Amino acid sequence: MIAIPYLTLLTTYFSYGLLFVFGHIRDLFRNITGWFSSNNLQGYAPICLGQEDFYLRRLYFRIQDCFARPISSAPGAWFDVIERYSNDNNKTLKRTTKISRCLNLGSYSYLGFSASDEYCTPRVVESLKKYSPSTCSSRVDGGTTVLHNQLEEYVANFVGKPAAIVFGMGFVTNSAIIPALIGKGGLIISDSLNHSSIINGARGSGATVRVFQHNSPSHLEEVLREQIADGQPRTHRPWKKIIVIVEGIYSMEGELCKLPEIITICKKYKAYAYLDEAHSIGAVGKTGRGVCELLGVEPADVDIMMGTFTKSFGSCGGYIAGSKELIQYLKYTCPAHLYATSMSPPAAEQIISAIKVLLGEDGTSRGAKKLAQIRENSNFFRSELLKMGFEVLGDYDSPIMPIMLYNPAKIPAFSRECLKQNVAVVMVSFPATPLLLARVRICISASHTKEDLVKALEVISQVGDLVGIKYFPAEPGNQQQEEKMLKLD
Amino acid sequence: MFEASLNSQIEISSAMASAVLKIVNTTLDWVTFALDAPSARAVVFGVQIGGHLFVEVLLLVVILFLLSQKSYKPPKRPLTKKEIDELCDEWVPEPLIPPLTEEMQSEPPVLESAAGPHTVVNGKEVVNFASANYLGLIGHEKLLASCTTALEKYGVGSCGPRGFYGTIDVHLDCEARIAKFLGTPDSILYSYGLSTMFSAIPAFAKRGDIIVVDEGVHWGIQNGLHLSRSTIVYFKHNDMESLRNTLEKVTAENERAKKLRRYIVVEAVYQNSGQIAPLDEIIRLKEEYRFRVLLDESNSFGVLGSSGRGLTEYYGVPIEKIDIVTAAMGHALATEGGFCTGSARVIDHQRLSSSGYVFSASLPPYLASAAITAIDVLEENPVLLKKLKENIALLWKGLSDIPGLSIASNVESPIVFLKLEKSTGSMKNDLILLEDIADRALKEDNIFVVASKRSTIDKCRLAVGIRLFVSAAHSESDLRKASASLKRVAALVLRS
Repeated sequence: MIAIPYLTLLTTYFSYGLLFVFGHIRDLFRNITGWFSSNNLQGYAPICLGQEDFYLRRLYFRIQDCFARPISSAPGAWFDVIERYSNDNNKTLKRTTKISRCLNLGSYSYLGFSASDEYCTPRVVESLKKYSPSTCSSRVDGGTTVLHNQLEEYVANFVGKPAAIVFGMGFVTNSAIIPALIGKGGLIISDSLNHSSIINGARGSGATVRVFQHNSPSHLEEVLREQIADGQPRTHRPWKKIIVIVEGIYSMEGELCKLPEIITICKKYKAYAYLDEAHSIGAVGKTGRGVCELLGVEPADVDIMMGTFTKSFGSCGGYIAGSKELIQYLKYTCPAHLYATSMSPPAAEQIISAIKVLLGEDGTSRGAKKLAQIRENSNFFRSELLKMGFEVLGDYDSPIMPIMLYNPAKIPAFSRECLKQNVAVVMVSFPATPLLLARVRICISASHTKEDLVKALEVISQVGDLVGIKYFPAEPGNQQQEEKMLKLD
Repeated sequence: MFEASLNSQIEISSAMASAVLKIVNTTLDWVTFALDAPSARAVVFGVQIGGHLFVEVLLLVVILFLLSQKSYKPPKRPLTKKEIDELCDEWVPEPLIPPLTEEMQSEPPVLESAAGPHTVVNGKEVVNFASANYLGLIGHEKLLASCTTALEKYGVGSCGPRGFYGTIDVHLDCEARIAKFLGTPDSILYSYGLSTMFSAIPAFAKRGDIIVVDEGVHWGIQNGLHLSRSTIVYFKHNDMESLRNTLEKVTAENERAKKLRRYIVVEAVYQNSGQIAPLDEIIRLKEEYRFRVLLDESNSFGVLGSSGRGLTEYYGVPIEKIDIVTAAMGHALATEGGFCTGSARVIDHQRLSSSGYVFSASLPPYLASAAITAIDVLEENPVLLKKLKENIALLWKGLSDIPGLSIASNVESPIVFLKLEKSTGSMKNDLILLEDIADRALKEDNIFVVASKRSTIDKCRLAVGIRLFVSAAHSESDLRKASASLKRVAALVLRS
């Protein structure tokens, strides 16, 4: 639940209104001048229809320098951001050779495996020399190496399931698995704030999709009861199967999912549960095993567990873990397994080494230290931000902290001011979030030291005062202020 | 007597009738008088109000009253809580997966070394025809050197999507290099080959647009078409007559085609059959009927054309005529990922609206630097292309006289596709025979070939077969061994 103060709501609407009006006026001028210049595409409809890229041309281009900033070093705790300049009012940006060393608060590197690591990198280079960067073949043809089988075993053990299958990209994992599991005549019930890959997979499968209110088990139960009683649309035949899809940590809110209640409901109504742990595997839980460990849910209760290796393990790819029969069936029919090039062997080696470090099999206690560090870092940072009066979303223990901005003008202001002081942050606005709810998203890593965090807090506090986003008073838990706000879901 | 009684009857009946008539008339006069009396002298708006107006008004009121009555609907009875509970208890879902059959249990062979022209499977060294390593770049020292430098500098993963600090300078360099090599204004990198097409198509085609596509395209394209929700029309595989007829039909049916975007989607070298699309004919048709062309050059980039620039160079067509070119880099370039190239407007649009680019982590930097090195090696050594062409010709000659198997692919395609001359009628049985051939070739002659497998959700209905991927690094003896072995094994399996 996000509560916007009244004044902020009005000013945000006003700002967007102004931007739209100006955008339309400029479009009008563009159309007028366009009448005179001829277009050589006679008889073709334009490839991008008029209003589709209105947001892109008129709003996004003004603040384009806050996004897609190139870096020239590894995405560790500190990295080099390449400076860019523009000659035509931000429409095109040109690279310079100047770099500035900034504190990294935006990359998804929760356990600090992103840069060169003392245990993992030598092994990765060795496997590169042995297996080459790619196998140029799909898993069923000639692309399964010893490393792939080893990786699948390791992942299955780590997550707590009998078997697992890995793919070269996390997005494709969702998009290619969901159509293989469910088709026309089935029902998918997904959380309203699910990631785009899940929506893609659900649409591609041909099943009916229904949405339940974000993280609300009671609404899920209502939707399930209604749907089972009604049956398929128009024919009212009973559904073939129902799959409920939730995520472990929601990347735009930083919230943990209410997993135990949702699993109880799924079991009661005989629906299958699909858990997407893209951000939570390796980052939460005492030994890094994800939300199941943190919230005390048995892995055997979740039918399908999915996750990616990009965030905590510093590599690329995704996995699905489940029962042996499920994995065997997926290996037989999943298109990503049959047609796509198999995962790059050095990347597989990186994951195996990272898991070994986490479990302590490399002979040191670095893994346990990393896990404790990230929990400590995130809780410390979050409590300090709340003390300063920022509106921070999410739960304790989650390493993602969105700070609300609301006003569109504050997006570039915050970003550029922070960059001047050598702190690199990530701004999130439409279309990843609703139009009015723009935010800054901070991702904490285990490789941040205490000094880094203190510096970051100083800079954020300073810039926050300048830009004016301390919506709450500096003491936490002031009841009067909250009653005056407009509640917005 | 008779006539008298008849006359008297007529008289009586007429008297009765006239009496009844008189009564009715008197009543009517009385009623009229009664109604007229109150308003006998009223004139409203120049209309004399007569008594009949009251009757008409009354009738109108009665009609309106009846119309306003609600029609009878059977009362709604929503399900009670107890009934919903019962329904939920009775409902039995299907199992998540269908029961496993024997064919689902097969395991692919496991490689124990790099997937080069010779590789180690189950401890034995075999000749590898299952990797699309067309230029033989797997294991090339320059590639390995550049990857190692990149690994030590950047680590493995890029830890973020392109919009949030996942853009590393090697990505920008790689995009510029590809654009320079192909001669287009700009290009965009995707982190996985399969996701390139199914993210690019929905960015440019929405509900209502028309897409004409070959029926033999691979699953990535089919998924992209499904996600775009446009009208899809298939034409016969690689048949230009069928394409012309389909285009004719489609333009005739849709007169309001000014607002619609119309696309033709083809692959340069088809993954499912090895045929090469006749690009010059397609360009002629495209200009005649005003369609845009999307070309998937995964298996022709780095293979066809005198300097490896793909199908456009092979047919001498300027690349500006193709609107969108995509390719997966997991074939000739011996790395992973994919790219898309075209005009600046096309590429810029994808940077914000292509879901596989915006919502997914970017390509690991070492793979991007491998791509740059691969293109450099290709440009410096055009002899690799010549060697590849020679190898393809040799293999073609060797495999063209196998009894029971015929070559279904084009004579210049790097995928040599063998299919059964006489199909058994069902795809499953065909596949059993072909897999038997492939197994025996591996076990007995150390030749690693694979039969093409189809997923259950794939819509392509072309014949299955055995695929051989020819590489520039294969030696003549490898190719001769392969032909001899396949001849022997095919004769053995197909005769029985």
